[in-house]
Amino acid sequence: MPRQNGPTLRERRVHPPWGLWWIQGRRLVRIEVRRNLFSWKAGWIYVLAFTPTLILAIHAGMDARSARDIEGDTEVLARIVQLFYLRLAIFFGCLGIFSRLIRGEMIERSLHFFLLSPVRREVLLLAKFVAGSISALLLFESAIVADFALLYLPFGGMAWTYILNGPGLGQLAAYLGVAALACLGYGSVFLLLSMIFRNPTPAAMVFLLWETINPVLPSLLQKLSIASYLRHLMPVAIAPEGFFALLTVETEPTAAWTATLGLLLLILAVLVYACFRMRTLEIRYTTE
Amino acid sequence: MTDRIVLDNVSKFYGEVLGVNRVSLSIPPGITTLVGPNGSGKTTLMNLLTGLVQPSSGSISVLGLSPSNSTGFFREVGYCTQFDSFPRGLTGRQFVLDGLMLHGMSAAEANRLTAEALARVDLGEAAGKRIEGYSKGMRQKIRLAQSIAHHPRVLILDEPLNGLDPMARAESLALFEELGRQGMHVLISSHILDEVDRISDRVVLITGGYLVAEGDIHAVRTEVRDQPMQVLVRCDRPGLLASRMFALDHCVEARLQPDGKGVLLRTGEMAAFYALLNQVAAEGLVRIEAVAPADDDANALYQYLIGSEGSAS
Repeated sequence: MPRQNGPTLRERRVHPPWGLWWIQGRRLVRIEVRRNLFSWKAGWIYVLAFTPTLILAIHAGMDARSARDIEGDTEVLARIVQLFYLRLAIFFGCLGIFSRLIRGEMIERSLHFFLLSPVRREVLLLAKFVAGSISALLLFESAIVADFALLYLPFGGMAWTYILNGPGLGQLAAYLGVAALACLGYGSVFLLLSMIFRNPTPAAMVFLLWETINPVLPSLLQKLSIASYLRHLMPVAIAPEGFFALLTVETEPTAAWTATLGLLLLILAVLVYACFRMRTLEIRYTTE
Repeated sequence: MTDRIVLDNVSKFYGEVLGVNRVSLSIPPGITTLVGPNGSGKTTLMNLLTGLVQPSSGSISVLGLSPSNSTGFFREVGYCTQFDSFPRGLTGRQFVLDGLMLHGMSAAEANRLTAEALARVDLGEAAGKRIEGYSKGMRQKIRLAQSIAHHPRVLILDEPLNGLDPMARAESLALFEELGRQGMHVLISSHILDEVDRISDRVVLITGGYLVAEGDIHAVRTEVRDQPMQVLVRCDRPGLLASRMFALDHCVEARLQPDGKGVLLRTGEMAAFYALLNQVAAEGLVRIEAVAPADDDANALYQYLIGSEGSAS
């Protein structure tokens, strides 16, 4: 009896196998998250994410409460999130996590096992992106929540009032949202860079420079930056300092939903191009 | 639906370096051996067949499926590559199971097929240990297990006997033979030609990226007319047989066997050779015990068509 040859191209276009893709995607995400989070190679990302938490824990234990005030600590948290997490930890953490997803597997010569499985390459790429995002979010969001708790909880009842009845909870939600967008944004860029370059680190350094000088660029060019969108979403503004303060171009205030939508569209465009490259990706381990 | 592996004028260039050039093949079910020296394009051909590299020109279909349709394609195709590396931190069982789970099957079904595949390659209790601790032979076995676990109809094996001890090689060959008998496509590249040759239905010879010959081994050997064929005849009077056979113009060489009970003859015309041999046997002058071609195997074809520089691999 002749064997069925599966659905035709036209049938697949009319009825894409969403159910199968969903199952495959979930299983790929599980495999990847396991490898991202439970590996010695990920140790440095844990250190990066939780270094401020460790420092804040030491301060919480040693500093007298009377020497601190909530407004001051609110600015401290804003600086930690904006200057440490967004500029450094999430940037380099995502570089480590997302560039490993494809390029790392090329270097370890294990990517072909995925490419030889009955999974559409786009599903494979997007599942790896989701797994990288979950890993980054779990690390950096839990670190930010821990930092928030360590900064405010020593204030006791005053802290609860600030969090529940004041701006505290809204600021935490905003920081978590910004960190999530940063993970998705930087993650998508580094995933793509790792597919274009054998060593994505030099390209990432150029990108870091671009992100750093972005505030002094014309407003049109600022739109091609992850940081510029995130800046509009910050609940607590930090004034630019030093030389950069002179050169900073103040763009018109952008609504949060506009900045979020703009960044999501940028991420989508990067992922679409990454999927296109994934379709034609070749296994040539000898050139790695 | 076609039951063939078809390459139509396929070329692959890595920049200016030739991988394979204008290869056209139509391979029916059974066991096919891919033979050629190092760098001849065997692995490139296998990678092209499975979509790991894309052809610069030409088209490829396996059972009518394109490698670009990975969902349908890799349900039917298993590829045991030569790459000796694995995802980190996995046991052999997890490695096979993870692969099967990506087919979308239930966990119970994936577990059942994993156990079946591990039993087929006889990996035993080692399946529960991490692959990092495996010997080369065990790593070869676990790759083989993963490539056959989902019951593919096409099995592509790049040097599958590398690193295996003689017992494991014999078991693997028996497995390939069984799969070939079941109607599967088994495409093997191997440098252990003597062993693979015994189970192969046909051979594909490739060198420098060019296809040299392909088809049934005996038919290909017959086509190589510039090399007289060798036939070993075991008989009680090899000297007499040799002198009779030299009556033929195209019998160019006779070499008596050291034990005095056979002669190796080289002839350029097989039909006339066998006619005369039958006549000698009918006359009763020589009692013939056995007649066997001595050089219509993949090894001899390799030597004749590709040359002796380097070994087949």
